[in-house]
Amino acid sequence: MKMLWVLAMKEIRDGLRNRWIAAAIILLGSLALALSLLGSAPTGSVKASDLDITVISLSSLSVYLIPLIALMLSFDALVGEFERGTMMLLLTYPVSRWQVIMGKFLGHISILCIAIFAGYGGAILIMTIFAGGSIEGWQAYVTMMMSSLILGAVFIALGYLVSVLVKERATAAGTAIGLWLIFVVIYDLVLFGALLMDEGQIIGQQLFSTLMLISPTDSYRIFNLSLFEGVSDAAGIAGIASEAGMSGSLLIGVMSLWVVIPLMLTLFVFQKREL
Amino acid sequence: MVTLNSASEVILLQSVNKFYANEAVLHDVNLSIQSGECIVLVGHNGAGKTSLIKLMLGLTRPTSGAIKVLGHDPAFSAAVAQGMSLGYLPESVAFYEAMTGREVLSFYAQLKGASKVECDKLLDLVGLGDASKRRVGTYSKGMRQRLGLAQAMLGNPQLLFLDEPTTGLDPILRQHFYELIDDLQKEGATSIISSHALHEVEARASRFVILKKGVVVACGTLEELYQQATLPVRVKVSVKPGEASSVAERMGSAVNVTDINNQSFNLSCDMDEKMPIIRHISNLGDVVQDMQIMPPRLDELYSYFMSGDPS
Repeated sequence: MKMLWVLAMKEIRDGLRNRWIAAAIILLGSLALALSLLGSAPTGSVKASDLDITVISLSSLSVYLIPLIALMLSFDALVGEFERGTMMLLLTYPVSRWQVIMGKFLGHISILCIAIFAGYGGAILIMTIFAGGSIEGWQAYVTMMMSSLILGAVFIALGYLVSVLVKERATAAGTAIGLWLIFVVIYDLVLFGALLMDEGQIIGQQLFSTLMLISPTDSYRIFNLSLFEGVSDAAGIAGIASEAGMSGSLLIGVMSLWVVIPLMLTLFVFQKREL
Repeated sequence: MVTLNSASEVILLQSVNKFYANEAVLHDVNLSIQSGECIVLVGHNGAGKTSLIKLMLGLTRPTSGAIKVLGHDPAFSAAVAQGMSLGYLPESVAFYEAMTGREVLSFYAQLKGASKVECDKLLDLVGLGDASKRRVGTYSKGMRQRLGLAQAMLGNPQLLFLDEPTTGLDPILRQHFYELIDDLQKEGATSIISSHALHEVEARASRFVILKKGVVVACGTLEELYQQATLPVRVKVSVKPGEASSVAERMGSAVNVTDINNQSFNLSCDMDEKMPIIRHISNLGDVVQDMQIMPPRLDELYSYFMSGDPS
């Protein structure tokens, strides 16, 4: 446990030193603030509280932003150390390879956690000074932050997998961007494109739900848009998730698998790797 | 499968082969290292010194054969995690550039369970006390090497792997460095040093392992290597003025006489001919004034093993 802590602290200090954490807090905080200020405008007509609107717009934005931040944190984590030669020395210390991976993971998760809670949380604190939110709105907001963290964990784990598989840092960066595009943009485009072309002949409700479910980003979207009554009313997709039999725990479960499986694969490849 | 022969055996390699992309980097290496030994790996660039060290550290795995370090297979990090204390200085050591020297060392110290006090002590010892608050990115080659030494020394390691440790060090630091190694050695540490600088390590090596193209061509103490090499012993004989050629003629067929001038000549002979020749010369009486026996030099020994056919 102590080794994990030492390794994680190194990553967190790195994050503080190179202003990564500060930059992420400012980015997430200012976006949350801007969205919640903008979100105040249409509230009168939709009958949803300010905070619910903020959750909707913020989670739609987080789907793009959080994976990007997570991948930027993680793509270099292993290949960078292989390339510079620091990993070789590290592995002669009394740490095992799984500890190296998990230590980094804990560190990067902590960085993301600080950024999300300080950025999003800070923004909402400022907002409540101007106008309070409903109790349910608060729960939705906190749950949104938690699920954003899980979404981040998914892409940190995917970033590690890229990082352990490629030979050069540049390749890792390129592959990370590719991953981001696929998961955040292309998958949905293809899915909806197919749905339009198909006109409901092959892709039925069941298949469509499954295809949505297996994507970690779509799971995140559905989770945040439909879990709370207030939010799903506002988003106009009330009941979709429950109709399709997607409970909150199922959606979180799918996302957790997207964390665990890439991490296990990373560890598997890393264990075999020769330095 | 592999059992340690005795309690004092620290490292054991049995018919170890290592291939990279079908190219043999190490071929059939057998080696047993006892506790407290100082093994020096010698060989040309690419002879397999670094590959051998990496195998013993468990960073790579042998293609075939068995390795035991302190009773464990080093390729399983679990063995490392069981708290065997080892120090490693890689050939070209790399650090986290954004951290200061002190941060780097204290990070490694935490992993080894060494104290902050020890960090400060080591930083002063390698002469980085003043520079310890600077980023490692700004360090010169020599400073990195010194930081590398400091981290290898953390936690009083019982097993030291030093890959060309003195490159980039000035003579004073070099001296200093070997004193540090000697101290650890006195406490019973075992060290494996790869080196080009034979003269430096000559005095402190308990055994040499000479590698050529991945094959151990020789292994043993300096005396054993000399015997194995059958290099000629050279004797410089000084005689009364004008007597050199006449004395040289009486040396017999077993010796090779060269450089005859007025008062002296050189002769060379096989190791086992040395004593008979010396007796013969001393029986010649007053005419011989002085005799200097020059054993083969270390670099001659080295080039002997390097030029020979590894088989």
